[in-house]
Amino acid sequence: MARVGLVSAGNLIPPESPRHGFKLPVPWPKLPAVEPAIAPPASAPSVRSGRRVHLFANPGRFLRFSGRVLPWLATGGIILSAVGLFWGAFIAPPDWQQGEAARIMYVHVPSAWVALSGYCALAAASAASLIWRHPLADLAAAEIGPVGAAAAGLCLVSGSLWGKPMWGAWWVWDARLTSMLVLFFLYLGHIALVRAFDEPTRGHRAGAILALMGIVDLPIIHFSVVWWNTLHQGNSLGLFSAPTIYISMLWPLLITALGYSLGFAAIVLARLRAAILERRIASLLTARAVDGGKSAQGAAVPVVGVGAG
Amino acid sequence: MNFLPFITLAYAAGVLVPAAFALAAWTRLRRAERRLAAVDPRARRGR
Repeated sequence: MARVGLVSAGNLIPPESPRHGFKLPVPWPKLPAVEPAIAPPASAPSVRSGRRVHLFANPGRFLRFSGRVLPWLATGGIILSAVGLFWGAFIAPPDWQQGEAARIMYVHVPSAWVALSGYCALAAASAASLIWRHPLADLAAAEIGPVGAAAAGLCLVSGSLWGKPMWGAWWVWDARLTSMLVLFFLYLGHIALVRAFDEPTRGHRAGAILALMGIVDLPIIHFSVVWWNTLHQGNSLGLFSAPTIYISMLWPLLITALGYSLGFAAIVLARLRAAILERRIASLLTARAVDGGKSAQGAAVPVVGVGAG
Repeated sequence: MNFLPFITLAYAAGVLVPAAFALAAWTRLRRAERRLAAVDPRARRGR
């Protein structure tokens, strides 16, 4: 978009300008929008930010960047997750009310956090795909979907394993649980929709629209325990309030959440790298097949000509 | 009530599900790199 702006700014410069050096025979119309289009300083920040948005649109640049970042993400994710899970399972104190069963929290809450933030990433990739036609956004959305669905599924399963000893039921149609189930179905719907069309572009576009529509579920999940009287407990952590969880339980929770987040990012990056390489292989093989077909046709023509002569 | 089976199952799922996804992603990436190296000679010299 920035490039388009610059090009049209160049076209809008009147012919009397010293840049052209000659006068057009036709009279130049008075355009009120000429002044802001000519002045580059006003549009320079948007040009820079536009370039920043499209910085990783180049697959080669993305491959180099992700190749450098991926080992750090994977190592950090493994170490932090291991430390957090071990701390939560063996060192952190049991809850005064729920006892040892509260240790399931160190799996349940990080997976919920990853499922929600993963859906934010899916929606951002979908927006980039629909607005800027970002070349990697469709691939990123397609690769985020299955991993996010796994995180949402893990959250539901661990929540169910926590609910059975605490509530006496594997599942209740509580607002928090139901809205989280809707998120899981949104992920599944996105996975199915992306692969439902013969033409991949149509599938990606339909999936992007679904992902953007589904983002309304995120505030519902977060505020469900506030808006409705739910069996699920209220939020223990908030951006603008002090945590209601004891500090010796908070640290392993935060460490596991950070580890899961880094692990999620590493898995998505690895899948995305693989998808880019697979696409490059497919295009190389297609180009090779087309070249082979052309050379076969080119070789056939003289033979026919010689035979005819 | 004995909570241990529930805790064990939850932790097993919390470790095995991400590990399975990580292993699958790593295997897929390695396979793609090997195939690309076989198809494109430039890939062998490193990207």
